[in-house]
Amino acid sequence: MSKIKVIKDKCTGCGLCLKACPVDAITIVSKKAVIDLDKCTLCKACLDSCKFDAIEVKEQTRKAKDLSEYKGVWVFAENSNGIVAPVAFELLNKARQLADDLNTEVSAILLGHKVESEAEKLIQRGADKVYLVDSKDLGHYISENYTAKIVDLIKKYKPEILLAGATTTGRSLAARIAVKCYTGLTADCTGLEIDKDKKILIQTRPAFGGNIMAQIISPNFRPQMATVRHKVMPEAQPDSGRKGEIIKESFDSEKVDKRIKFLDFVKEDVSTINLAEADIIVSGGRGLGCPENFKIIEELAETLDAAVGSSRACVDAGWIPYSHQVGQTGRTVCPKIYIACGISGQIQHLVGMQSSDLIIAINKDPEAPIFKVADYGIVGDLFKVIPLFVKKLKETLKR
Amino acid sequence: MIERRRQKEMNIVVCIKQVPDTTEVRVNPETNTLIREGVDSIVNPFDTYAIEEAVRLRDKFGGKVTVMTMGPPQAEAALRQALSVGADSAILVSDRAFAGSDTWSTSLILSKALEKIKEVDLVICGKQASDGDTAQVGPGIATHLNLPQATYVRRIDTVHLDSSPKIIVVERLVEEGYEMVEVQLPALITVVKEINEPRMPSLRGKMKARSAEIVVWKNSDLEIKENEIGLEGSPTQVVKIFTPPKKEGGKVFQGEPEDAVNELVKEIKDIL
Repeated sequence: MSKIKVIKDKCTGCGLCLKACPVDAITIVSKKAVIDLDKCTLCKACLDSCKFDAIEVKEQTRKAKDLSEYKGVWVFAENSNGIVAPVAFELLNKARQLADDLNTEVSAILLGHKVESEAEKLIQRGADKVYLVDSKDLGHYISENYTAKIVDLIKKYKPEILLAGATTTGRSLAARIAVKCYTGLTADCTGLEIDKDKKILIQTRPAFGGNIMAQIISPNFRPQMATVRHKVMPEAQPDSGRKGEIIKESFDSEKVDKRIKFLDFVKEDVSTINLAEADIIVSGGRGLGCPENFKIIEELAETLDAAVGSSRACVDAGWIPYSHQVGQTGRTVCPKIYIACGISGQIQHLVGMQSSDLIIAINKDPEAPIFKVADYGIVGDLFKVIPLFVKKLKETLKR
Repeated sequence: MIERRRQKEMNIVVCIKQVPDTTEVRVNPETNTLIREGVDSIVNPFDTYAIEEAVRLRDKFGGKVTVMTMGPPQAEAALRQALSVGADSAILVSDRAFAGSDTWSTSLILSKALEKIKEVDLVICGKQASDGDTAQVGPGIATHLNLPQATYVRRIDTVHLDSSPKIIVVERLVEEGYEMVEVQLPALITVVKEINEPRMPSLRGKMKARSAEIVVWKNSDLEIKENEIGLEGSPTQVVKIFTPPKKEGGKVFQGEPEDAVNELVKEIKDIL
């Protein structure tokens, strides 16, 4: 009994599925698609490509457990040095919408050391409850300890949805929690909504660097978990009049995982703005010609209070540290404005930045692929264009 | 469960994935969909750093490097590539029953295979795969096996094989810098590009890889319950795959730089 099959009567042998298959598992034999089950990974890319609904995948037959006792939308309130990260406020905004659609409440889970004063902020930004776990053992993020406590809380209070930021912390933590709870986790979501009939969470995420979007659900498992990209959703605004409840939970020091120890944190690039947090990013590429010319990128960035990014070519050439690299082997960013200077726009770079709200490209080659994804482009010599741009911006922004 | 080993060496397992080569992926300008036809399969770029780090550690401290992947039979090619750059042995975990597994089930399957290998000090994965981008399988394996983890490792600082338990100190990349973390072995780490520069295969390596025997484990070897793997065991379901609306061609200003800049600033000044 196979899990995927071609409905012969509907298949026209058009071959669209063959092009869509990433593992070459489909061939056309006598004008019908044939799927090699040894090769097929059941990724379902062919389903979408078929215009005739001729491919069928057998869905999960497992009987859903009684999930009705799972209620409420939870947000992991990531913090560093006792300050809640802005991504948590973005999650609260989305959580509020989801909770309203489900007619339930929003809770934040706040783990850390001396973070009690932050709980009130979470309430002001939309949390009805804050589960506060304040312990000297939780002062630094350690996946093992955070997972243990959060899994305890999930078992005790049974939330139906749990959201975390798609940060290095959020991604490492959520993956552990999901495995421990045997539940579904969708990484790096850019869209979340409730299916109002089924009361389940529909999670939308980019794959292949945003060239394809996938909608994912976990209907038979709870909590439904997702990590959410930073800067995709607006922050919840504070309302000082909001009231909520703070529920204190304790962390048992016996439960500290002794196999892993935090030693030190070293802050890098003190002068520059964190790429993930930046509203505007100015990136430089090979077109700069030499490392000294990054100065003009920095100057433009400074004018706009922007972070400095880079293409892989400049990092490999040693012009700028790896932490600035945007693209497939660097960071994926989605700022409000991305300005690409002297970057041709290889696919590996595009996948790291094409979800930005607004893309501006400056390049001397009118045929450069970067112009295909750019909202605004200037064809010209960046050494002339950027200084003029800086001057004009300074004049304009002063007003 | 993976037990502590006393031997003063590092037995390392690298978990890799075969992915479509995105350097060859082109986008159809009409439909804005990926053209996958004729695209080669490669080792996930992030995994090449994992393989390289494993080989370097073994060369320095002794032990052996086993490379492992879960995938269809053709994923064997990825294992051979890893063998050509210095891995000692390779295991292909492959069964029709595994098809459709999401990250939960995939990490379960790989963790069962690791338990079968038994003699493991360190598991290394790339930080994420370039096709799925989830970064979930590494931490997933660690959790199934109850191993401590360090993700986004950019440097292995020190290795203490004389202590009991054995210990490594690593630097892990975080948003605003890096963290130093001490981890007892056995453990799992995921690595970023910054950690090393992978070598190219030597001619000898290629020849060795070509004739190497690749062990294949099916589910009958791992004995995982059918309802925990494949589509049936995977908590997540893909309901729809679609292409995002095509981006309208933007406004491009040519001509005198001064005019172009003025036009651009006029367009964007309200959102700054």
